[in-house]
Amino acid sequence: MNAARTFATARRVLRQLAHDPRTIALLLLVPVLLLVLLYYVFDADRRSFDSIGASLLGIFPLVTMFLVTSIATLRERTSGTLERLLSMPLGKADLILGYALAFGALAVVQASAATGVAVGLLDLDIAGSPWLLLLVALLDALLGTALGLFVSAFAASEFQVVQFMPAVIFPQLLLCGLFAPRSSMQPALEAVSDVLPMSYAVDGMTEVLKHPDVTGDFVRDVAVVAGCALLVLFLGAATLRRRTA
Amino acid sequence: MNKPPPAAEPPAAEPPADPPAVHARGLTVIRGRRRVLDQLSFDVAPGTVTGLLGPSGSGKSTLIRAVVGTQAKVTGTLDVLGRPAGSAPLRSRVGYVTQSPSVYADLTARQNLDYYAAVLGIPRADRAAAVTRALTDVDLTSHADDLAGNLSGGQSSRVSLAVALLGTPELLVLDEPTVGLDPVLRRDLWNLFHRLAAHGTTLLISSHVMDEADRCEHLLLVRNGTLLAADTPQALREATGSDTVEDAFLRLVESAPTEPAEHPLRGTP
Repeated sequence: MNAARTFATARRVLRQLAHDPRTIALLLLVPVLLLVLLYYVFDADRRSFDSIGASLLGIFPLVTMFLVTSIATLRERTSGTLERLLSMPLGKADLILGYALAFGALAVVQASAATGVAVGLLDLDIAGSPWLLLLVALLDALLGTALGLFVSAFAASEFQVVQFMPAVIFPQLLLCGLFAPRSSMQPALEAVSDVLPMSYAVDGMTEVLKHPDVTGDFVRDVAVVAGCALLVLFLGAATLRRRTA
Repeated sequence: MNKPPPAAEPPAAEPPADPPAVHARGLTVIRGRRRVLDQLSFDVAPGTVTGLLGPSGSGKSTLIRAVVGTQAKVTGTLDVLGRPAGSAPLRSRVGYVTQSPSVYADLTARQNLDYYAAVLGIPRADRAAAVTRALTDVDLTSHADDLAGNLSGGQSSRVSLAVALLGTPELLVLDEPTVGLDPVLRRDLWNLFHRLAAHGTTLLISSHVMDEADRCEHLLLVRNGTLLAADTPQALREATGSDTVEDAFLRLVESAPTEPAEHPLRGTP
């Protein structure tokens, strides 16, 4: 682990993005536009907009960072740059943390834009601090980055890697409590939802929505999401092999 | 690196002077169920340009990947600069250029080099100068700020080569670095390789183009994962009574005892 190499990697990933303004625009605008869409979908039901909107603020960064990271690292694996980097004095942690830093920074901008529009323009009514929303969004983004990095090891092509999105993200989306309260699910499914990290991401957002103070549940949710992100990052590091067949 | 009990080496035959930059004894690589390299034994003398020649699919890339330590399932002895191939201290001492250019298509040539220079641990203050020097070496200064993805095939493989020239490695391992380059540039690069060797760098360069053989001081001829010959181009021609290394290669193939059972067909990793 070497700070200079980690920062160099983060800077390189951001420079790659800088050459791709369309991707940046999509990353920043799509969540905002979807929130606006949601606002008018729940035109007559502001309470539903509040709860679903808050949940989405946690889900957007997870999904987008998952997609961006899984494609970026798959390209790194298939283009030969990963093999070259691993033949150089670059630690696996330097590479993974570099990616996490770069996409984390991007997620801060994305989540700030989405949260700012939701709270400022769309009157999303939250009891707690918007900073806590931002914190959860950032951790969700890191979780998405970690998951994307991990699954890219199991995909041989872009076709395969985008299929991991419905495979890894959709079940969590269905079970996270967005569509139905987790306590009302069939008990087996509720148990499954208890071990999926997105459930805690959405719970954390709901805590901020309902409570003015930092609750014990919120701390637990944040800790679970952060712990999962670290665990999956660690698993992702294990998929990077210096020697391949 | 898997190391079986020290192989029975002919101790007297080794010149005692400089230790070899690459030292292989009984080097074998298995991929799938195929023996891609079978019991190779050779030395690469330091400060020389050694050509690794053979038809595509002969195992050149696998041998190169074994030397830089990215190939799995390597058995036998393989020491690079006195250490087992692939060991951590070698990572900044060995430069490696893959067959297809390994650079980021969505970065400019200069940004690519800047990143790799940081990874190689070149101090920030020296980085810009090292990058410019590497770009000059491969004659790409006029395209330094073009995206690598917009460069021609030959140009982007030169960006890839420039990466390996950063940080002045002691051993440069190049997998087909001159494929697809025009004759002038090819000559310039070979001149560069010899300049580097004159300054003490060891170069191991693979090629399937036999007419590049005479630019090397020493040759390793491989075919079907076995070593046909290891000698100077002149000695090879004389020993086989041929005019060119290509003829020498053909004579060696014809006089080889038996065809190995396996035909490793994959050339690129």
